[in-house]
Amino acid sequence: MIPTPQAASREPRAEAVRAAPTSPGTVVLCIDGRTVRARPGTSLLEAAGAAGIEIPTLCHHEGLEPYGGCRLCVVDVSREAWGEPRMVTACLYPAEEGLSVFTASERVLAVRREILELLLARCPESPPIRRLAREHGIVESGYRRNPEPTDCILCGLCTRLCDQLGPAAISLVGRGIGREVAPPFHEPPPDCIGCLACAAICPTGHIRFSVSDSGTTIWGRTFARLRCPTCGRSHLTAAEVDFWAARTQVARADLERCDACKRAVTAETIARLTAAG
Amino acid sequence: MRPASVAEFKAIAAATRQARESRREVRICCGTGCLANGAAGVAEAFAAELTARGLRTALNLHDKRTGCHGFCDRGPLVAIEPEGILYTRVKVADVAAICEQTLARGEILEPLLYRDPAGGRRIAYTREIPFYAGQRRVALRNIGRIDPTDLDDAVAHGAYAGLARALGGMSAEAVLDEIERAGLRGRGGAGFSTARKWRAARAAAGTRKYVLCNGDEGDPGAFKDRSLMEGDPHAVIEGMIVGAYAVGAREGVIYVRDEYPLAVVHLTRALEAARAAGLLGENILGSGFAFDLRISRGGGAFVCGESSALMRSLEGKVGEPRAKYVHATARGLFELPTVLNNVETWAHVGAILADGADVFAALGTARSRGTKAFSLVGKVKNTGLVELPMGTTLREIVFGIGGGILGDRPFKAVQTGGPSGGCLPAACLDLPVDYERLAEAGSMMGSGGMIVMDDRTCMVDVARYFLRFLAEESCGKCVPCREGLQQMLRLFDDLTAGVGTSATLGRIEALGRTMRLASLCELGRTAANPVLSTLRYFRDEYLAHIERRACPAGICRALTVYEIAAERCNGCQACLRACPAEAVTGARKGVHTIDPQRCIACGACYDACPSQAVRFRPRTEALTERRPA
Repeated sequence: MIPTPQAASREPRAEAVRAAPTSPGTVVLCIDGRTVRARPGTSLLEAAGAAGIEIPTLCHHEGLEPYGGCRLCVVDVSREAWGEPRMVTACLYPAEEGLSVFTASERVLAVRREILELLLARCPESPPIRRLAREHGIVESGYRRNPEPTDCILCGLCTRLCDQLGPAAISLVGRGIGREVAPPFHEPPPDCIGCLACAAICPTGHIRFSVSDSGTTIWGRTFARLRCPTCGRSHLTAAEVDFWAARTQVARADLERCDACKRAVTAETIARLTAAG
Repeated sequence: MRPASVAEFKAIAAATRQARESRREVRICCGTGCLANGAAGVAEAFAAELTARGLRTALNLHDKRTGCHGFCDRGPLVAIEPEGILYTRVKVADVAAICEQTLARGEILEPLLYRDPAGGRRIAYTREIPFYAGQRRVALRNIGRIDPTDLDDAVAHGAYAGLARALGGMSAEAVLDEIERAGLRGRGGAGFSTARKWRAARAAAGTRKYVLCNGDEGDPGAFKDRSLMEGDPHAVIEGMIVGAYAVGAREGVIYVRDEYPLAVVHLTRALEAARAAGLLGENILGSGFAFDLRISRGGGAFVCGESSALMRSLEGKVGEPRAKYVHATARGLFELPTVLNNVETWAHVGAILADGADVFAALGTARSRGTKAFSLVGKVKNTGLVELPMGTTLREIVFGIGGGILGDRPFKAVQTGGPSGGCLPAACLDLPVDYERLAEAGSMMGSGGMIVMDDRTCMVDVARYFLRFLAEESCGKCVPCREGLQQMLRLFDDLTAGVGTSATLGRIEALGRTMRLASLCELGRTAANPVLSTLRYFRDEYLAHIERRACPAGICRALTVYEIAAERCNGCQACLRACPAEAVTGARKGVHTIDPQRCIACGACYDACPSQAVRFRPRTEALTERRPA
């Protein structure tokens, strides 16, 4: 199964940033009035997150290349030399020495609310979008409701994940309002391995799938599931084993074993070696 | 021709020029506009006729197909040099007479001359026609003069003279200084300093760098880049070689939209010819400098004219923009330092080098130097391709060069800058056209489209047109552009359907602001400009749509009814013939009427009526009247 990138815990990193002394490898900037240190090349979103300042985002994931699609993470940045602050996306803008960042100025909040209203009009039934909108004081969108409501916000997380880490079975197709996430030619995707990573990373639960002992069904295809040779639990598809066996050097037998049994085997080995001295 | 050195090139160029100076030429415009009007047939007729009469050798005469002469409205155009005679709307049937009377006997054929609408005078010479007299051609210097498929012809007219000067002893720094002194700014719309861009790329780390040409012109109504690539591809190529020399690039790509087939053909042939002549490739003109160019054809997405999307497209990826917090001059195509300039910008470079920066800098205004090409279209008498010094007023362009409004109707607005630009009203007519003044007025230079509108244009409808264009062309990557354009379009659908409310305008303004601030690329950031500029100058028209449910221009069909005033109708049946819905009835010389059930309110009858008997008024007003008391 494709490992779904897990959000790194923010706390230890925040400590690391605060403890870091000023050095050529560190930039110092000001976020919402607080002095924050960060490694050069870090995005404002990461730098702020490490300092415990949350900036909302729907299309960003630490394990993937930044995208800048949802625009929720807009912030104002300014320097003394600039006349007016500039609005940029925190996920893409790099932490720079001497930069002042405002993550919740009146202008930023107004724009963020507008974006949420637009998303809510597109996805009026989506619970995560409704929740995020409510957190920003929006119960109903002032814009006309999408005649064909959907839960897909086109954040591209699923397609980027499948492209950057998996078999690139699905992609964003069409442009403008006709844009959608789809397999090639809207047919069951021949390259899909049924790993369900796309469904796991989807922030709104838009991607439908079903799993039973007999098979995994997603994108119009059903994939046979394999059982762990040790415990007998069905835990991945045969297509996944084929894909990873071809792409990595890992033996099929190891791929077929479930994570719990792999850990057990490793633990037994360590115990045996320890006992043997 | 394959000169081994700069000196040899100059000698060849001088000899070619001299050899051709004495010959008479028949220049048949084969730009896309004239081709559509039958220019290819005219060119073939000339070839056949001149051969049959043996005139080529007898008169030392050469007939050639050139690029766009500019005066598209009067095409097909035929120019006879060195006299400078211009024949307009030439048909195949006219060719024999031109050969016999004008070429053989030196007589001028009156019926083929341009007729000045002011006074009705016939004008024989190009230089005396007001459309041409007010122009100053720099980027377009050789269009219409050369055969774009003939390198020798281009060289005889000065092509690659700027390159020869650059490679004949100027350092890259000296070239950069020259461009800086000229004050050249990007002709693609934003007006960034060309020298600064080049210097940044030159200073960027790494030895592998790119120069690119943006030939993805896609604004509705714009065709100046197309005409340049079709009519003088060597000007573009020369500029890119000079740019590559200044920047330190060895590779370049011309990104041209595949909807410009003639441009692709002419560029391809020009590249082959330049390569064969040693103007591209290793050791150019014996200078030791190496550079080569290739063409990449775009797939027809408007957004690929945006610089970062264009580079993604060249990389073989989906043409979608990405955030530009790092300049392309540092990390562009394939993450390497890249200079991307517009077709017209590149076309200026050779002329600046050949004639010197001072000649260029002497033209234009303090901050916008030189000249600018425009595609002048819409409800103006003289539509076509023009080039003028920066700072020329809109009035001079529309009423001088453009000859005023079709049918002498009232001027209403001029749209500049395409979907990223705005509509300027009559009050702005004395505005000198340069980057800053257009931006201050809420529009922009853009890629040089200039659409003239008369009183029969609804500004709400115009804004809606551009919104619809952009909604289709937005890549859909970011929320403010994708969703914002859809919602904006819905708000405009409300306005034109007469269901807008006072809250609609507030919504439009707030959404426009969000799109400007939060969109990913310039397509989205500027998408609200047509809306915001029309709101700024034509707010009363928006209010009429909301408060009175009326379209003052009679364009929004849901709001308008057309009627015929019986006392003015003379029964000429012009309206009846023009009506596409068979809604007009009436006998010849009898009073005509419009059946409101059938009428689709297209206004064709109104435009066709010679005696102003057709009138329009708000539908709500008409309904109130019909209702019994």
